[in-house]
Amino acid sequence: MGRFVARRLLQMIPVFIGTTLLIFLMVYSLPGDPIKSLFGPKAADPATVARLRHEYGLDKPLLEQYWNYISGLFQGDFGQSFTGRPVADLMSEAFPVTIRLALLAFGFEVIVGIALGVLTGMRRGKFLDQFVLVLTLIVISIPVFVIGYVTQFLLGLKWKVITPTVQDSENLGQLMIPAIVLAALSLAYVIRLTRTTVGENLRADYIRTAVAKGLPRKRVVGVHLMRNSLIPVVTFLGTDLGLLMGGAIVTEGIFNIQGVGFTLFKAIQTSEGPTVVGIVTVLVLVYLLTSLLVDLLYAVLDPRIRYA
Amino acid sequence: MPEKTLPHETTVPEAVSTAMKSGAGKPRSLGQDAWRELRGSWLFWSSGVLLVLFIVMAAFPTLFTGVDPRQADLRGHYLAPPNWSHFFEADWFGYNGQGQSVYARTVHGARASIIVGVCVTLAVTVIGGLVGMLAGYFGGWVDALLSRLTDIFFGIPLLLGALTLLQAFTHRTAWTVSLGLATFGWMQIARVMRGAVITQKQADFVTAARALGAGTGRILFRHILPNVIGPVIVVATIALGGYISTEATLSYLGIGLQDPVVSWGVDISAAQSQLRDAPHVLLVPASFLSLTVLAFILLGDAVRDALDPKLR
Amino acid sequence: MTTMEKTANVPEPRAADGDGTPLLQVRDLHVEFHTRDGVAKAVNGVNYSVNAGETLAVLGESGSGKSVTAQAIMGILDMPPGRIPQGEILFRGQDMLKMSAEERRKLRGSKIAMIFQDALSSLNPVLSVGYQLGEMYRVHQGLSKKEAKAKAVELMDRVRIPAAKERVDDYPHQFSGGMRQRIMIAMALALEPDLIIADEPTTALDVTVQAQVMDLLAELQREYNMGLILITHDLGVVADVADKIAVMYAGRIVETAPVDELYQRPAHPYTRGLLDSIPRLDQKGQELYAIKGLPPNLLNIPSGCAFNPRCPKAQDICRTETPALAPVTERDGAPLAGRGSACHFWKETIHG
Repeated sequence: MGRFVARRLLQMIPVFIGTTLLIFLMVYSLPGDPIKSLFGPKAADPATVARLRHEYGLDKPLLEQYWNYISGLFQGDFGQSFTGRPVADLMSEAFPVTIRLALLAFGFEVIVGIALGVLTGMRRGKFLDQFVLVLTLIVISIPVFVIGYVTQFLLGLKWKVITPTVQDSENLGQLMIPAIVLAALSLAYVIRLTRTTVGENLRADYIRTAVAKGLPRKRVVGVHLMRNSLIPVVTFLGTDLGLLMGGAIVTEGIFNIQGVGFTLFKAIQTSEGPTVVGIVTVLVLVYLLTSLLVDLLYAVLDPRIRYA
Repeated sequence: MPEKTLPHETTVPEAVSTAMKSGAGKPRSLGQDAWRELRGSWLFWSSGVLLVLFIVMAAFPTLFTGVDPRQADLRGHYLAPPNWSHFFEADWFGYNGQGQSVYARTVHGARASIIVGVCVTLAVTVIGGLVGMLAGYFGGWVDALLSRLTDIFFGIPLLLGALTLLQAFTHRTAWTVSLGLATFGWMQIARVMRGAVITQKQADFVTAARALGAGTGRILFRHILPNVIGPVIVVATIALGGYISTEATLSYLGIGLQDPVVSWGVDISAAQSQLRDAPHVLLVPASFLSLTVLAFILLGDAVRDALDPKLR
Repeated sequence: MTTMEKTANVPEPRAADGDGTPLLQVRDLHVEFHTRDGVAKAVNGVNYSVNAGETLAVLGESGSGKSVTAQAIMGILDMPPGRIPQGEILFRGQDMLKMSAEERRKLRGSKIAMIFQDALSSLNPVLSVGYQLGEMYRVHQGLSKKEAKAKAVELMDRVRIPAAKERVDDYPHQFSGGMRQRIMIAMALALEPDLIIADEPTTALDVTVQAQVMDLLAELQREYNMGLILITHDLGVVADVADKIAVMYAGRIVETAPVDELYQRPAHPYTRGLLDSIPRLDQKGQELYAIKGLPPNLLNIPSGCAFNPRCPKAQDICRTETPALAPVTERDGAPLAGRGSACHFWKETIHG
């Protein structure tokens, strides 16, 4: 087990470097000059541009810039945005908001997703199963921004059940509907995945054995079926937590939530290189850590992996 | 007594189903079985009909409408509501904020979405398929290298990666958007392919082919590929719907296709501010978009169910 | 079905113990599966019985209905698609098909247990073997987790798994095939049931291990005086351990006989075919015999005798009339205990 963890940690290093380098390259080496865009449509004074370039280290070779950035990271320095604020400051405002939103969405996904998935998986072909299945297909087919807009329009503007945009990002009640919108797509996948694994495991030989042992149905389902069926679901949920945070761009935009997605999207539009790189770096870290956790959890749940 | 074994019997449904196929009837291959299964599936037929409809719409929009999607009449038609009984006419679905026919724009918008969806899917299938096949077949350092590469790209979510890449392009066409999506979309296929190839590699028929002296290329493309392509096609078909949806999301965020390209995403994006006054301007292209995505997902689902004898 | 009434005439090989009712008696059992392609008739009127301490071997090809019958007895058929349109399964004289689900559950594991063919897939991969063995005691006898584990170690010792104490927390995939099958046997034995159904218990094992596992099973059966239904396609296994044999074909019993008699004098062409297809040392150089054709399609079983398309002795009557399982006698009419054959020409087959 210890070796397994050590190996996974070692594997994370090249992935972390690779992913941040990839983002770094996309932000800084592709056409589109961030400094020039600072001046907007006005013609920029070449001397000022050169001075700003030097200030932000943009005149150095790209790899050196990357090296400086990474070594800064280890001292908690995410660099400065072009507007002069430290990126770390921007993030410390945005992340708590998104974490709240993502956790709400995640909780919703876990509870409703697994419950409905198990229910439908055990009643394949019945009315409830077909109904939920159609519902998940509809949710998967409609882009999130359409779901978001229609929800906002109906609940916020037409029936006035909620405020159309989030006024107070610390108010969990206000974050509820955006969290559901954010979770909708993943929720549909969790339901379908759980339904499939439960359905498959129901036919497994060891379930037949459990029945032949004379175990009560509750025990067959609760002990033998659940444990095996939930392993792939846990994997999906784990990687999804990281994606929920990055995927909040659309939802945060619609409901005007000043979180990570919102800040990131603004930064991309205004070519705010340091902010984009900083936020993406943290998101990548979150993703890597969650997938490490998932792997460990997987090993705990499935002895075949543990002793492999 | 020396032993004599009869073909061995497994679990009931299997033994029974084997016995149902034996005897007088001709044995059926997995492919024939899958096709039989598909033929009887209403999901397959309804998604198929929808897809054919949308593909014809994308290829020959003028079959459906003679109205120019860019022709604007602000004064006469600004946000005019739909006339649900005027089938196939310019005002069937009303007019948008530019006074353009929503029906004509929706019909012409199919092309961009379907081109992007198909291009991205082809690209990710080829890239992901190759990466996965090489990693799975050769193992060792090739696998380590390619798997880390896959991990690196997996670290960046599709939408986020495409956004960052595409904002560098000031002029975006269906091709650039496809490039952006394909760059960050191939990893899933690579993983599916790698897993499938690793399983197949150990199969007896591969060992047999190798023992008979078949070369690597022949083993990969003649023996392994036909056996792993099923799940890949299923994943790709379902993903195709997702790419169309993501393209629309990019357009909605202003980083995808741009006016004057007529596309569902562009129209939905333009309609958001008028949602309160004229919901049809948003809902009509959104419905077409969703139906297309749905059709691809259903098709993929139906094919998977047909290919997977376990679920029968 | 005319087959059934006739079978009742077949004498039992051994007097039933005590009150005269056999431990298990299957009467005119039918099982069918409703599928998209039609109704597959897997079992078409099976009769057999087992007494305490007795071993019945059920022999047949894949799809002959031998496993389906066993699963119907255990009550673990998936219904739907399975259905039992008629028949009785009497356990100590009581029809299990008429019992409530809860009554049947209580019998499973404690009175009737089953050993499956593939121990790897039949054991839960994510639970330790100790847990899976102990579960029997926890559920049926209400023992605590700790007591159950101690019992599990005891059981593993019984089936001679080395270092049982250390291995009780291991998982199924950590054991060898033979050891896994021992665990399956231990699980079936846990509550010392009256009847064990072993569905091809050694098919998945190496030949050398097969004998060990079979011996263990036979030994434990003697010790506990259990009834054993041994489902197999392996004539070698049968000869060593069985008391009597029922040969199944297309969901019917085509021949029953005490084990030695069946080998010496088969009374059904199908049984003869099976025996003839065993390679023999004294026939070196000759071509090996094989039964022609394929097993019947269960959706469309041939009319008359189901074996007629493959039978070397088939006559017109075989294609039109289904032969009942008739008592087999000596040439002079003296009864042969426990023998029956469902062949119009059993006399020619056994005496000809």
